Amino acid sequence: MLELREITKRFGDVLANDHVNIVVKPGTIHAIVGENGAGKSTAMRIAYGFYTADSGEILVDGQVREIRSPHDAIALGIGMVHQHFMLVETMTVAENIVLGAEPGSSFALDLKSAAAQIRQLSEEFKLAVNPNEPVEHLSVGQQQRVELLKALYRHAKLLILDEPTAVLTPLEVEEFFGILRRMRAQGKTVIIITHKLSEVLAISDEVTVMRDGKVVGGVQTKDTNAAELARMMVGREVLLRVEKPDADVGRAALEVRNLSVTTATGAKRVDNISFQVRTGEIVGIAGVEGNGQTELIEALAGLVEPAQITGEIIIDGKNINAVSARARRELGISHIPEDRHRRGLLLDFNLAENSILGVHYRPPITRLAGNVFLDDGAIRRRATEIIEAFDVRPRNAALPARSLSGGNQQKLIIGREYHVNPKVLLVSQPTRGVDIGAIEFIHRQLVKLRDQGCAILLVSAELEEVTSLSDRLLVVHDGKIAGEVDPKVATLEEIGLLMTRGH
Amino acid sequence: MRDVFTLSLIASTIRLATPLVLAALGGLFSERSGVINIALEGKMLAGAFTAAAVTYAADTKLGMGNASPWVGLLGGLVAGLFIAFIYAVSCIRFKADQVVSGAAINILMLGIPGFLSGAFFLSSGSTPQLPKDHLLPQSPVVIAITILILVALIWYVLYKTPFGLRLRSVGEKPEAADAAGVSVSKLRYSGVLLAGMLAGIGGAYLSIGQSSLFTRNMTAGRGFIALAALIFGKWRPVQTLLACLLFGFTEAVSIQMQGAVKLPSGEDIPVQFINMVPYVLTIVVLAGFIGSSRPPRALGVPYQKEK
Repeated sequence: MLELREITKRFGDVLANDHVNIVVKPGTIHAIVGENGAGKSTAMRIAYGFYTADSGEILVDGQVREIRSPHDAIALGIGMVHQHFMLVETMTVAENIVLGAEPGSSFALDLKSAAAQIRQLSEEFKLAVNPNEPVEHLSVGQQQRVELLKALYRHAKLLILDEPTAVLTPLEVEEFFGILRRMRAQGKTVIIITHKLSEVLAISDEVTVMRDGKVVGGVQTKDTNAAELARMMVGREVLLRVEKPDADVGRAALEVRNLSVTTATGAKRVDNISFQVRTGEIVGIAGVEGNGQTELIEALAGLVEPAQITGEIIIDGKNINAVSARARRELGISHIPEDRHRRGLLLDFNLAENSILGVHYRPPITRLAGNVFLDDGAIRRRATEIIEAFDVRPRNAALPARSLSGGNQQKLIIGREYHVNPKVLLVSQPTRGVDIGAIEFIHRQLVKLRDQGCAILLVSAELEEVTSLSDRLLVVHDGKIAGEVDPKVATLEEIGLLMTRGH
Repeated sequence: MRDVFTLSLIASTIRLATPLVLAALGGLFSERSGVINIALEGKMLAGAFTAAAVTYAADTKLGMGNASPWVGLLGGLVAGLFIAFIYAVSCIRFKADQVVSGAAINILMLGIPGFLSGAFFLSSGSTPQLPKDHLLPQSPVVIAITILILVALIWYVLYKTPFGLRLRSVGEKPEAADAAGVSVSKLRYSGVLLAGMLAGIGGAYLSIGQSSLFTRNMTAGRGFIALAALIFGKWRPVQTLLACLLFGFTEAVSIQMQGAVKLPSGEDIPVQFINMVPYVLTIVVLAGFIGSSRPPRALGVPYQKEK
């Protein structure tokens, strides 16, 4: 169906694809795995005409083809769903789907016949959406369906899906895999780019593994396993499970009593929640995203207007409801935010500047009468310490944070928060979009911090992560705690039920 | 006060709003495609000067008589198109900052007509007076009908044709359009060039419709008022038309008020104060409404294909 031969692509100094060879057989689901920056997306963007290769050939159905733009790829029956959806939010589903391939004449846009065609495709592939709904009103899962319909509407025979499950909840992932199997049954070919090995094993027929811009192996899925794939991806043995000693639990460091958080528009997102986090333990919060986790963590970190909060947040026996975010940090609360681009980093600032956020206003970072000037030397020293201790790559404090991979950005943030010796750590989605190698490292760091007596509250959408790291696990649903389970004995099904039904 | 609000006020509103409507609708095409059109002013000036000069030449040198204003109108259109082409190449091909290159064009167009009128007409910035019967039609009814047809046509193009859908998508999220196989730069060129033509015609109407010659800086900020009307009209054709009529109305009122309205003490209100009215309204409208009016999301951002 699709063959890449000796594809090479260079971005400046970086060799993103180095003589890449991939063969995708028709009617299969083909997984391309590799860490961030391994060149998976680049190779597929070349196949879709977003980039042009410096050298090498693309064959479609056995013939060498010139693909210079997405327009050419579409004409050859190739469709692509990007990791960040390519949808115009203000337009309707139908408008998005027909864009660039409009039915009717060029003087009259026929959205009615388009809507009929879309309904028919929805039916055929069980992708329910309302063609007349504006995209901005859709959930992420629905938006993904629109992307799939967009490709199907253009008669794509080959669909390239870039990290399609990154934005989906565990239940939506199951549903999504059902859709992919249906497509395969209808004769479509699917390429799925991912770094989640459990998904590769669950859905694909064949796997191509990439590392550092090169293809390092290709196997039949039935002949391989997670450990082997991880070793090929990272280039060394990887511990997939977290190893941790039993928790040595002390007094309550953070206590939450009857906490409710209401948004500015009046919606109650956190509903009468009470719990404790003691020193030396990791308390996990599992739940489908959007069930109040974000608001809970932001309320604890001091990022919510006190007027929107009822109940009590208590640190060391003191109520801190009205204490500012800065003063909370001074009390020993650290926060690793779920969205590192929005809350965690200033992307255009360099690593050194990012490494002092939160302590930028006080000695030793500032000098002269306390805090008149920034001390460049101190900033550089701190940045270097963090970069070395947390293996942030490339090791150059002068680079802008934007130029780092997601995993390295996350390591920088974790290193920064680690450096202040927090008593309470609030951490959300610590390994979202992070490579396997870095995930292992981040997990070990969190356990190490716990063993030093830090009280950790961990929110994660990855069920496996939150169950393997936590000492106690709270399951939230609709802003309430649906139950507490022992992560050592609870099954994923049990937790999954609490997450969705709330009891 | 009764002397101010007369039937002729309506006629004058339509007349004064016409160049604004043309320029604002042009700006609509450009901004909906994602290119800021701060250069409307410059394009109007180019259109105004060229229209007056071409009309004069067609009349005196070619003896085209009554047809000469139409040739002039075409000249204005082409001049707007030419300026828009320069602007489009710098913003789209070379990804220059749109505000800076727009401002450069506006400054350029303050000087060039003066230079050319010196060269051609030995004057210091004006073109020669045209005879009254060699101007564009000024009947408010004819103009009103033309404008209504134009607005309806633009509305249809924007919302009911594939071109309009693509144009809007490129202004909202060019990467999505690109991924869908739509050429972002082709649509942005179309948007900016359409803007140039319409602004050129708007300028032409100033010099060979409302007046009978080009004078230095005769647009007096109308390009910017058109831009304000576009924002006030939320980048939609009908609302933009209404916004232009509002601005045209204030200008008409300010003209009629001169000498007609007196201070309680019996003295005239200084004319400078009355002339301020449309501009003050522009500021008030923008300060009050700009926040609630959502621009096309990719407005002002050059599209970079490869990071």
